[in-house]
Amino acid sequence: MKEFFAMGGYAFYVWGAYGVTFALLAIELVVLLKRKRETQT
Amino acid sequence: MTTHGIKWFWYASPQTFFPLAGTIARLCGSLSLVFLLAGLYVAFFVAPTDATQGEAYRIIFIHVPAAWMSMFLYVVMAFWAALGLAMNTRLSAMMARALAPTGALFTFIALWTGSLWGKPTWGTWWVWDARLTSELILLFLYFGFMALQASIDDRRRSDRAGALLALVGVVNVPIIYYSVQWWNTLHQGASVSFTRAPSMAATMFLGMILMALAFWMYSIAVALTRVRRLIVEDER
Repeated sequence: MKEFFAMGGYAFYVWGAYGVTFALLAIELVVLLKRKRETQT
Repeated sequence: MTTHGIKWFWYASPQTFFPLAGTIARLCGSLSLVFLLAGLYVAFFVAPTDATQGEAYRIIFIHVPAAWMSMFLYVVMAFWAALGLAMNTRLSAMMARALAPTGALFTFIALWTGSLWGKPTWGTWWVWDARLTSELILLFLYFGFMALQASIDDRRRSDRAGALLALVGVVNVPIIYYSVQWWNTLHQGASVSFTRAPSMAATMFLGMILMALAFWMYSIAVALTRVRRLIVEDER
């Protein structure tokens, strides 16, 4: 498990890439759903 | 226009398209999650460690599909913008506006993940080579399109101006795609292309295709959800 998260010493690069990607996609979804609540009448 | 088969012009009306867009968005959203879980599983637990790049290469499972989406979404956006310009259909222009933020997002993701891949493998975060520079220009084109649309209050005029910008900018897409052949770039050539078999392990290719499908379904779901918001907001 620890070995998996270490990514052969590339943990910062691999998780930095995946982390930011999914954070941004999640933010886009949250913003969109918030907009949906605001405009729903 | 024939009356049988799919009534395309029926769905060109925002009111009739609205419920259909919701159904497709929900379907594609669910499919996206399935492809994403399968893709991540293959990317981290099935695909082998790369012989020369070690585990750092696993970044390509999001980098390459995101780069594909960044270019593809621009072409689709330009297509809808052109259709809106030619046919004067409101829904076409709305589709172009709905696609721009997601396209910009995938362009940024391609640049960001490329940078995090470049540092351990090339030894640099960024170089001004043809591939990286033209992809950065694509990001600015998306920003330009959104800023131009937002800066003009009259909707018909802002749609026309945005469509012109989108159409002029579409010339950048083949430049990005062929940049690695036309110029001497630090960025490697395509490992996957339309003309020959992919030059990578089958499981690596599978992981990339699954992630590409996940991003594809995500983009459709998000763009259709956003176009529904645009329909509601424009009708008020």
